[in-house]
Amino acid sequence: MNKLELAKMANEVRKGIVTAVHSAKAGHPGGSLSAADMFTYLYFEEMNIDPKNPKMENRDRFVLSKGHTAPGLYSALANRGYFPVEDLKTLRKLGSYLQGHPCMQETPGVDMSSGSLGQGLSAAVGMALAAKMDNKDYRVYCLCGDGEIQEGQIWEASMFAGHRKLDNLVVIVDNNGLQIDGKVEDVCSPYPIDKKFEAFNFHTININGNDMDEIAAAMKEARETKGMPTAIIMKTVKGKGVSFMENNAGWHGKAPSDEEYAIAMADLEKIGEELGGAN
Amino acid sequence: MADVKKIATRESYGNALAECGAKYPNLVVLDADLAGATKTGVFKKAFPDRHIDCGIAECNMTGIAAGLATCGKVPFISSFAMFAAGRNFEQVRNSIGYPHLNVKIGATHAGITVGEDGATHQCNEDIALMRTIPGMTVIVPADDVEAKAAVEAAINYNGPVYLRFGRAAVPVINDTPEYKFEIGKGVVLKEGKDVTIIATGTCVSGALEAAEKLAADGIDAEVINIHTIKPLDNDLVLASAKKTGKVVTAEEHSVIGGLGSAVCDLLSEKQPTKVCKIGMNDVFGESGTAGGLLEKYGLDGNGIYAKVKAFVQE
Repeated sequence: MNKLELAKMANEVRKGIVTAVHSAKAGHPGGSLSAADMFTYLYFEEMNIDPKNPKMENRDRFVLSKGHTAPGLYSALANRGYFPVEDLKTLRKLGSYLQGHPCMQETPGVDMSSGSLGQGLSAAVGMALAAKMDNKDYRVYCLCGDGEIQEGQIWEASMFAGHRKLDNLVVIVDNNGLQIDGKVEDVCSPYPIDKKFEAFNFHTININGNDMDEIAAAMKEARETKGMPTAIIMKTVKGKGVSFMENNAGWHGKAPSDEEYAIAMADLEKIGEELGGAN
Repeated sequence: MADVKKIATRESYGNALAECGAKYPNLVVLDADLAGATKTGVFKKAFPDRHIDCGIAECNMTGIAAGLATCGKVPFISSFAMFAAGRNFEQVRNSIGYPHLNVKIGATHAGITVGEDGATHQCNEDIALMRTIPGMTVIVPADDVEAKAAVEAAINYNGPVYLRFGRAAVPVINDTPEYKFEIGKGVVLKEGKDVTIIATGTCVSGALEAAEKLAADGIDAEVINIHTIKPLDNDLVLASAKKTGKVVTAEEHSVIGGLGSAVCDLLSEKQPTKVCKIGMNDVFGESGTAGGLLEKYGLDGNGIYAKVKAFVQE
């Protein structure tokens, strides 16, 4: 896909996020929307995957360590063809295969169950290690939150990944700057994020995570980086695309009312029109 | 049992892994800087490329094992029970148990026979923790023969397994041609009619010793080795409880949540029977020799004998 097509798809992914969370009357729209461009780039451009064969042996893997933003992952998977987009409305409902947090046994395309913060990165490291042990060339991508990296296990995993020179691993930190209790720097500052990963022997790249060109360049740079894992620290806007959710910690884990949903969808329709309509 | 050969089940664990290494190419072993103590160093020496030392970071080791399992490996994570089950509980629950991944947890240094290190490292809560996780198999081998058999059985079973090993040397009691290990199947070591002693791990040899002493007093005790706490061998426990009408459980673990609780859960529902639970009575351990501690807390042959006798004569 070209940049415009990816941007349009990201907008569709955002519509799916808002629709799913609205239907569930619960969920985490803020951090799903901030990372929507990354979800889109990974599943529509970067990763070697096959929606018809979700368990393809040599596929690239993705672990959503910040598992509460499952609506973002589910919307990307649905739009990519793993399951019907219409099913996003079953999010969090009794009997749905779209659980509140990712469940690898339930949902096609989910490579690891996650959601207890700090744990996903370790699993991603294990996958990257397995590829190295078996001389396979698949790559592993792991998305963490900027609040999540307050968890100590993130740094246990990072120390190991750096030590083992896992250059098939890309850690992406969604630096939207907000966590439940407020700004990350007020709650317990993770900054400087890049210097921390550098200290653990990562190659680090700072980008605007709501810009497809910058995402594409960072992924290319990560592929070209040998002998060390890469950490992409992406500045994003929490709630990106929905006017009243942007940069508002209150929308970390709250569903829009019917009225708010209408406004949100109108916001996204407008963005879609400005991009020139559907792909 | 004066001249019986004694081997610590952690030794058996390391040896079994090394022996299985060639037969099972997907077997990988992870450690958290304790390969010397967990005895997986034997495997490391034989298969250096399949041994992964994660450093002192048990939670990360658990997640790495989960990731390896999703890619077809059969990982064994090794640490002391205190960390493998205690520190790690939520990682085991969410990263291994919930996705039902094929990870085996080799927990050594369980119970008070850790000895001199004292209470911080004596885990008497791990069976309780692990058996609450849906889909988790919990195995506590009694000796060298059983520990080795359990390791290979765990490799051949698809799903999470918690294996509990000890630091101290314990008598080899299963070195017989007819011995057969099957996950979930208890073993009657001695038939009896007056009381059933259900033991696991370290306490199995003590239970046999107690039964000999009880026989001298005219009490005919049945001794059952329950090496698999979960799934429990319900039929065997129920049949024996029905026969003797009195059940004693013996374990090197808290009386809360372990073998005793598992047996009581079953009996209270299917066959109400009076039960005497022998174990750590809701207390922490302390420093001392393994033998000295077993004696002090009533978990050796003499301790089990005294409690069973008092229980039978109530």
